[in-house]
Amino acid sequence: MSQHTPQCAAPLALMAQGDPMSNDAPGAATREPITDFEQAQASEPFQRLKRRHRSFVFPLGIAFLVWYFAYVLLADYAHEFMSTPVIGNVNVGLILGLGQFVTTFAITTWYVSYSNRRLDPLADEIRGDLAAGAHSDGGAR
Amino acid sequence: MTFAAAAAESTNVGDPLLNIGIFGGFVAITLVVVLRASRNNKTAADYYAAGRSFTGPQNGTAIAGDYLSAASFLGICGAIAVNGYDGFLYSIGFLVAWLVALLFVAELMRNTGKFTMADVLSFRLKQRPVRLAAATTTLAVCFFYLLAQMAGAGGLVSLLLGIDDRIGQSVVVAVVGALMIIYVLIGGMKGTTWVQIIKAALLIAGAFIMTVWVLAIYGFNLSSLLGAAADKGGEAVLSPGLQYGLTGLSRLDFVSLALALVLGTAGLPHVLMRFYTVPTAREARRSVVWAIWLIGIFYLFTLVLGYGAGALIGKDTILAAPGGVNSAAPLLAFELGGPLLLGLISAVAFATILAVVAGLTITAATSFAHDVYASVVKKGKAGPGTEVRVARITVVVIGLLAIAGGIGVQGQNVAFLVALAFAVAASANLPTILYSLYWKRFSTRGALWSMYGGLGSAVLLIAFSPVVSGAETSMVQGVDFHWFPLTNPGIVSIPLGFLLGWLGTVTSRTLENPQIAAEMEVRSLTGYGAEEATKH
Repeated sequence: MSQHTPQCAAPLALMAQGDPMSNDAPGAATREPITDFEQAQASEPFQRLKRRHRSFVFPLGIAFLVWYFAYVLLADYAHEFMSTPVIGNVNVGLILGLGQFVTTFAITTWYVSYSNRRLDPLADEIRGDLAAGAHSDGGAR
Repeated sequence: MTFAAAAAESTNVGDPLLNIGIFGGFVAITLVVVLRASRNNKTAADYYAAGRSFTGPQNGTAIAGDYLSAASFLGICGAIAVNGYDGFLYSIGFLVAWLVALLFVAELMRNTGKFTMADVLSFRLKQRPVRLAAATTTLAVCFFYLLAQMAGAGGLVSLLLGIDDRIGQSVVVAVVGALMIIYVLIGGMKGTTWVQIIKAALLIAGAFIMTVWVLAIYGFNLSSLLGAAADKGGEAVLSPGLQYGLTGLSRLDFVSLALALVLGTAGLPHVLMRFYTVPTAREARRSVVWAIWLIGIFYLFTLVLGYGAGALIGKDTILAAPGGVNSAAPLLAFELGGPLLLGLISAVAFATILAVVAGLTITAATSFAHDVYASVVKKGKAGPGTEVRVARITVVVIGLLAIAGGIGVQGQNVAFLVALAFAVAASANLPTILYSLYWKRFSTRGALWSMYGGLGSAVLLIAFSPVVSGAETSMVQGVDFHWFPLTNPGIVSIPLGFLLGWLGTVTSRTLENPQIAAEMEVRSLTGYGAEEATKH
């Protein structure tokens, strides 16, 4: 059996070009020019991408955790309320529990559509720029 | 003792030979698939990450197969059948947890890592200490989880095959372990993934058939099903509180468990490693979406199955059967479809254990070979081929340890190990993952304090909790050295893990390389320079 020794996913900035130690995935990033990532990070498109990502996932993440723990605390400490019948034998507890399923599916769908519309096109654009050497210092070190 | 005689004595249901036959069929089919899948296992990326060649839907199904352990199938069905609503609470925690993985972790991990969790955590921090710490927590989580699964295999045997004696159970544990070694050794990640896909499909299909069947009995009216369950098991099964509502302490214990469940999933190393088997971050996202739908739908099935078992079988019969709570789903299968459906469900339950232990084993072996051997011991200078060879040896060693452990803990109450694995994942892994992906200043010291502190506190609190000593159900009987009142350490160890990560960072004087931090952030969000699929 022959394969190249895999390394950790070593940061590109520390890696000499064409270094044989990192090529178990042919065509991987090592052949690309050395990139100034601090410059890329400070660039307007990247800052916009970061803002879009964080302004979506952080509030949504906090919201679903609050909703989940509100539900857990109700189930744990408000038995009377949770056993209030609603329709037939279906009570508030079951409806709130099934509500957790509904919100989980809804958040999943919402995030996917947001990523497709707002994150992926921008990420593709930045990646294309990086590959084209937009923040490159010209290659060899 | 013949199988038939043992069955007559213990279960009185089903035909063990039929159960074994159907399981044998599963093993034969998966072995063929594993052998076929192993043809292209050449590089480390092939062996550890299946050449990153799976699609999102395939990987999502495999994640569901990895995640839906016997504990979540048999355990949750049984918990709902016996304790009603409180069993349902479990499954909600297991599902909602996936949103943490979807929103915060999956894509960014895929973009920055290569094979293991440690790849991401050590990216911009000091390689060796961070990698060693991450490998330690990875191995700890895998070990706890693996031991619980192997112990579960022994318990399942008495239930499904009617083998009650210690030697018979040990033989079955050894067979399960040996099969797992073969799958992982030959098939690597690709073979393991296919086993998980096949198992997930069988499990979800089996649960679907039973769910429709149960609903049909009650005229597809959820309210009448609930009514029947309440008639048989008492009104209380429809409301929370039967299991956790007894005392103030048990309520607090549930909050602690809920924390570990919802925050633990995104830190489980065998789940994280699955994100590397797809070619891009977008496919990693699709994987999680598929996993969420499959897992969510499956847990909705278990709600019907649990109440169905409560209504059709009854709590007392379930608790009296060998395997206790875990027998609810198999007994329901027998009630509905006779020996054939029981055989199918039994085989699925075994397949479940096999698929989950295979996933855990390849994760642990990868972490040992890639993080500990190649990066820490050999300092990144391991010769060609040696790393995968070390991984394969590790698979055998872990398999043997799992067999020994599974036989050793037979008859012991080790159900707490799964909860402990989640607690360690949430206290030691998740804080470091989130900090290193989202907090620019995060430092090596913060990572080490958080990982060792989270792991240490979770294990220490469990060791001095009622699950180990001082209660009727404790693992160690006769002595009482417990001082921590809860059976779930999460409520203390998770905040502690986050706190230590912060404290270690703000107190460290050395600044990490800002250039690499910038690189990590750019790569994590854009996918630039991410590992690509191997081409054959």
